[in-house]
Amino acid sequence: MTVSYDNSKIIFDGIRAAGIRSISALPETWLGLLLGRAEDDPDVQLVQVAKEEEAIGIAAGAYFAGTPHVLLMQNHGFLAAINGIVSLAQLYHVPLCMLVALRGHWGEPYPWHTRGGIVTEGVLRALGIPFEYARDPEKVGKQIREAFTFSQSSLSPVALLLTRDLMES
Amino acid sequence: MQRARCLEMIYPELEDKLVVTIMGACAQELYDLGDRDNYFYLQHAMGLASSIGLGLAMHLPHERVIVLDGDGSVLMNLGTFATLARYRPRNLVHIVFDNGSLLSTGGFTSHTTSGVTDLAAIARGAGIEHVASVDSAVAFGEAFVEALERDALSVIVAKVDAVGPEHYGMDLQLPENAFRFKRWIQQRKRAAAS
Repeated sequence: MTVSYDNSKIIFDGIRAAGIRSISALPETWLGLLLGRAEDDPDVQLVQVAKEEEAIGIAAGAYFAGTPHVLLMQNHGFLAAINGIVSLAQLYHVPLCMLVALRGHWGEPYPWHTRGGIVTEGVLRALGIPFEYARDPEKVGKQIREAFTFSQSSLSPVALLLTRDLMES
Repeated sequence: MQRARCLEMIYPELEDKLVVTIMGACAQELYDLGDRDNYFYLQHAMGLASSIGLGLAMHLPHERVIVLDGDGSVLMNLGTFATLARYRPRNLVHIVFDNGSLLSTGGFTSHTTSGVTDLAAIARGAGIEHVASVDSAVAFGEAFVEALERDALSVIVAKVDAVGPEHYGMDLQLPENAFRFKRWIQQRKRAAAS
């Protein structure tokens, strides 16, 4: 299995079509092609972080600045960022639009991803973070746009889970 | 050197800048000098003040951003120095008040106590070019003025005593602080555009 070139492009185009030109990310395999496109696009400002929790702060800064922003991370990165999500974003009503690569779920061959994959949905529910699964390349652009819109109107973190169906080919 | 004295020295300069402060004693001392709409008090999420500062600085290149950090907070997010060094926003001044103590959470000693861990050296090692290490009020004031004049990413590590205010409390709800801070920025953007 390889990362889907076509769907990575569709997701990147979806981010752009949602009016977003600012991205924070910690690179991971499924997000690699997508981030490559962001790096090559002169209109897009990409901030790579050392750990995902930093991106919660950067996203808050972008929000205060009035710049539409999206966070790209693996689900294990989401798990690593929880205190920032709770004690910055949720505490201060700062919206976050998070695109989260859902590793360790249906079809996962690598044992090291599995525990994080198994708990991701439960943790999102416990935190009260609205989420949806993105499986269909024909729908993901609309899902990104709607995720961003909902984050802004609810002043809440929202998560779009990028699944294996979408990210691998 | 007392942090409250340092804040008092730079307070007049903060009037037209975006200020992000960490929780606890530092936030309270800034608030007691006089609350302003352009201050964001990060009362939790330790470690992320400098990340908020980076997000502000990168997206508002015409504003100056001042981050008031502490040793306990920055030790929770040492990666921030590397991220700051990579993107080196020229409009960001990152001040780390190093009191060697987790003062606001019980006064436990931090890793910087007795100079065991050198935060300025970590910042330099991360790749930040302009790092000042100061332990007197005069040196702090000079380093701050130099940082403002430099027009390049600057880190100031200021050794301060582990003392805080005698009282805590603000007439400011946390979401209110966020709404107000964002509104101040948007009003500045509109004023600059007109």
